[in-house]
Amino acid sequence: MARILGGLTTSHIPAVGNAIHNGLFDDPYWKPFFDGYPPIRDWLDEHKPDIAINIYNDHGLGFFLDKMPTFAIGAAQEYRNEDEGWGIPQLPPFPGAPELSWHIIESMVEQEFDITSCQELAVDHGFVVPMQLFWPGAPNNPDMPRTIPISANTVQHPIPTLKRALDFGKALRRAIQSYPEDLKVVVLGTGGLSHQLDGERAGFINKDFDQYCMEKIVTDPEALTKISRRELVEKAGAQGTEFLMWMMMRGALGDTVVQRHANYHIPISNTGAGTMLLECVE
Amino acid sequence: MDITEFDHHSPIPGTTIFDGKMAMKGYALNKMCYSFNAAEARAAYLADPEGYMETFGLNDEQKQACRDKNVLALIAAGGNIYYLAKFAGIFRLDVQDIGAQQTGMTKEEFKEKLRKAGD
Repeated sequence: MARILGGLTTSHIPAVGNAIHNGLFDDPYWKPFFDGYPPIRDWLDEHKPDIAINIYNDHGLGFFLDKMPTFAIGAAQEYRNEDEGWGIPQLPPFPGAPELSWHIIESMVEQEFDITSCQELAVDHGFVVPMQLFWPGAPNNPDMPRTIPISANTVQHPIPTLKRALDFGKALRRAIQSYPEDLKVVVLGTGGLSHQLDGERAGFINKDFDQYCMEKIVTDPEALTKISRRELVEKAGAQGTEFLMWMMMRGALGDTVVQRHANYHIPISNTGAGTMLLECVE
Repeated sequence: MDITEFDHHSPIPGTTIFDGKMAMKGYALNKMCYSFNAAEARAAYLADPEGYMETFGLNDEQKQACRDKNVLALIAAGGNIYYLAKFAGIFRLDVQDIGAQQTGMTKEEFKEKLRKAGD
């Protein structure tokens, strides 16, 4: 049976893609951020997962406002990283795992999550930057797992509630665990933490709230479901709503997790950047 | 119910909730910005901005905000920041440039504000 090893979180800021491209790992601005990743890479090197489920939010590459899925699941042989309009170098396609994708889609709908299936899905920085951080050289890293992208809408309100995001993750856990093949799976929750790009409040970052979220996501994710969407915008910033991806990831890890690593740094670009490794207990 | 008379979201200062009302208002503008994912679309805009805006049916408010590269005006005209970022990218403006513009700071002042959030 498929088994979930743990969850990884990271911000997915586009500027990180450029910094990787330009090799700025020891640059004084970037070093405190990049230093958060080697312990997670060591863990991945030890456990060598077969599948990485990458929960991210599309930023206007894969989806437009003409049809905006609340939850979309990739079911493609591969996922292309296409031009987003502002000059991040494009990467080769990422190999998919369509048999597992369709199993998850069947199971999610069975559990009454009415998702959108995608046999083609262009993936943006929200998907590729985390892959590059965890598997340097991705997708050409020899240990690069096959992947399934899951995108949740944070572009246009109404966005999902935090409770719905956590419940989605719980259903995803049951879906993965019911897959008959012996596969080792990691679940990525990417995006956030606090940031706001638009309006007179642009540049808003909330360290206290980010640290509260990083603590509760380990010990008491249910407490975070009490946060309303309006409160999330107010406290995390308009784009800090990407924290929903972390909630989806957390739901997939089961009731109890062990925090193996965490890093938090302000600022990377306009964002409070959080990185975590949470290991499943069962 | 008249949707324009119904406010689903109480205001947060300096923040526009991009909801159905804004999505309807900004549809043409955002659709044009979405096209800028393609290099040929970016080149077409630069070659003839007025003609390109006309193709997508932007209204006068949206056209003027584009001419002025005024981010707050683009948002007021229904622009969504994820799509507007692609418009800004045409002019090599990054998120600190547009943050500085929206808050009336220099880019250096804006970056210092971000840095101070870590203190």
